[in-house]
Amino acid sequence: MSRIENAFKNGKAFIPFITGGDPDLETTEKLIYAMDRAGADLIEIGVPFSDPIAEGPVIQEANERALANGCTTDKLFDTIAKARKNTEIPIVYLTYINPIYAYGKEKFMKRCKECGVDGLIIPDLPYEEKGEFSDVCKEYGVDMISLIAPTSHERISMIARESEGFVYCVSSLGVTGIRNEIKTDVAEMIQLVKKETDVPCAVGFGISEEEQAENMATVADGVIVGSAIVKIIAEHGKDSEQAIFDYVKKMKEAVLKA
Amino acid sequence: MSKGRFGRYGGQYIPETLMNAVIELENAYNHYKDDPEFKEELATLYKEYAGRPSLLYYAEKMTKDLGGAKIYLKREDLNHTGSHKINNVLGQCLLAKKMGKTRVIAETGAGQHGVATATVAALMGMECEIFMGKEDTERQALNVYRMELLGAKVHAVTSGTQTLKDAVNETMREWTRRVEDTHYVLGSVMGPFPFPTIVRDFQKIIGEEIKKQMMEAEGKLPDAVIACVGGGSNAIGAFYEFIEDKTVELIGCEAAGLGVDNPKNAATIANGSEGIFHGMKSIFCQDEYGQIAPVYSISAGLDYPGIGPEHAMLNDLGRARYVPITDDEAVAAFEYLSKVEGIIPAIESSHAVAYAMKYAGTLPKDKIVVINISGRGDKDVAAIARYRGVKIYE
Repeated sequence: MSRIENAFKNGKAFIPFITGGDPDLETTEKLIYAMDRAGADLIEIGVPFSDPIAEGPVIQEANERALANGCTTDKLFDTIAKARKNTEIPIVYLTYINPIYAYGKEKFMKRCKECGVDGLIIPDLPYEEKGEFSDVCKEYGVDMISLIAPTSHERISMIARESEGFVYCVSSLGVTGIRNEIKTDVAEMIQLVKKETDVPCAVGFGISEEEQAENMATVADGVIVGSAIVKIIAEHGKDSEQAIFDYVKKMKEAVLKA
Repeated sequence: MSKGRFGRYGGQYIPETLMNAVIELENAYNHYKDDPEFKEELATLYKEYAGRPSLLYYAEKMTKDLGGAKIYLKREDLNHTGSHKINNVLGQCLLAKKMGKTRVIAETGAGQHGVATATVAALMGMECEIFMGKEDTERQALNVYRMELLGAKVHAVTSGTQTLKDAVNETMREWTRRVEDTHYVLGSVMGPFPFPTIVRDFQKIIGEEIKKQMMEAEGKLPDAVIACVGGGSNAIGAFYEFIEDKTVELIGCEAAGLGVDNPKNAATIANGSEGIFHGMKSIFCQDEYGQIAPVYSISAGLDYPGIGPEHAMLNDLGRARYVPITDDEAVAAFEYLSKVEGIIPAIESSHAVAYAMKYAGTLPKDKIVVINISGRGDKDVAAIARYRGVKIYE
């Protein structure tokens, strides 16, 4: 059984996101352990990129901080490899396609396998373009996580049929960031996925409060939170461990209520 | 591999949220591009509103001064709004209108594409928002006011390097926020398919006119066509008609800023490598980890770290060649054309003039060179004055 499948074995999953190397890689490693202890089921780690076009200001700034502090693809892999010795929590990368392409797709997937990165979420690699990368992902056992969006409509079935790991349901139009209200009919999106596949569905974009997380967890298998966590890191910097632990713990409890 | 390839370049590397929008755009474009009514409407707008065909002017004094090939200037600067950008914007806005879109958004570097978009949005009664790097809003303050005067809302983009690439990022983000009623009027032959094809098709009229006008004036094809290249829309517009005419040399002039060996440049073909960014596989200025480089040029319109996928292909094929031109060379050409021919070219177009100044003199007198003057230089006068240390009020 792959580590990603394990993520959905403990009731509804809570999936926190942090940007790798924000504010530095030592903190990233400590936060992985803290989130694991707090009950996170899978950790999503952003590979910092100069031009993250799917991100709102909070995560854009985290990318800038990480790059300014010298985080590179190689250094982030090394950090994950180190953490992997101490935890079995599933880890997926959120990365734009250019860092993979520049690194070399073969070399990138090989490092994922060696370091224990279980899957990839690539926001600028839609269904039509994934073929160029999916073979090498398969070869190294790295799941390519598919995204579906509120505008996907009739595309959902096609995407769901080829999904691996879990399906990332984008809850709202626009970029990542905290939202007061989620207007999309997420339940309907997920139903369309479930018609095609047993792969779990996790909802992300806009979620920050316990109540939102609980509501989303009633229709989905898991809930992803990014900006709200990155904002805590922006406030507390290297001393984020306790605040992140507390936040993840209360969010995991919230999704379990669903 | 997906649709919309130019050799191995191009493609559709965009968030899932936008996929249905680009598919809808492709379908609409395929429907309308050969529709007689659409073609007629666009032809009328080109003629009655933009002032096409633009002149092909024999630069006699420049020819004599340089002492080599005969030089002709394709006067895209004489179009309404002062650049070639209007060709593409009229086409895309007309298409957007047919698609039922009521709002257009666009990125702009120098402001030429933003001004053209704001203009056509006013003409067609569409809501318009323009995204411009904060640094560019300062370099091109007059164009910001011009867009506002035309009824557009201008957003100063403060992320990243605060220039054209960041303006594209922010316009893409805005498109994902509001995609149902909004069309993204992409300003160059870049981005996800079908944009590189659509923009080329709306710009190829430049080369078609050059060919016709040259046959009338000289009874033969030119020997070289020279254009500046950022994303590459005026260049592809000028080149496209001549791609099959193998005797016509096609030369794109990239912005080398302070020099190709200096980090402060934007010469993508000279310094870049293959990558995937802004929806396309192409050549980009980037580091070993694929981080996009903070490029630089005096010209806000060429200050872009990539190049359109069709140019990347033409470069691979050797059908077009791309040469770097520095700030110093471009400014000298700006001043030269102003003094010698009484034509003030945009600082972008001045990169093409600069290469012609180096090249024309090396050719025999029976050769013919066409320079695409993609825009007029009024917008740059204050910046050039600053470059020369002259303090003037804008």
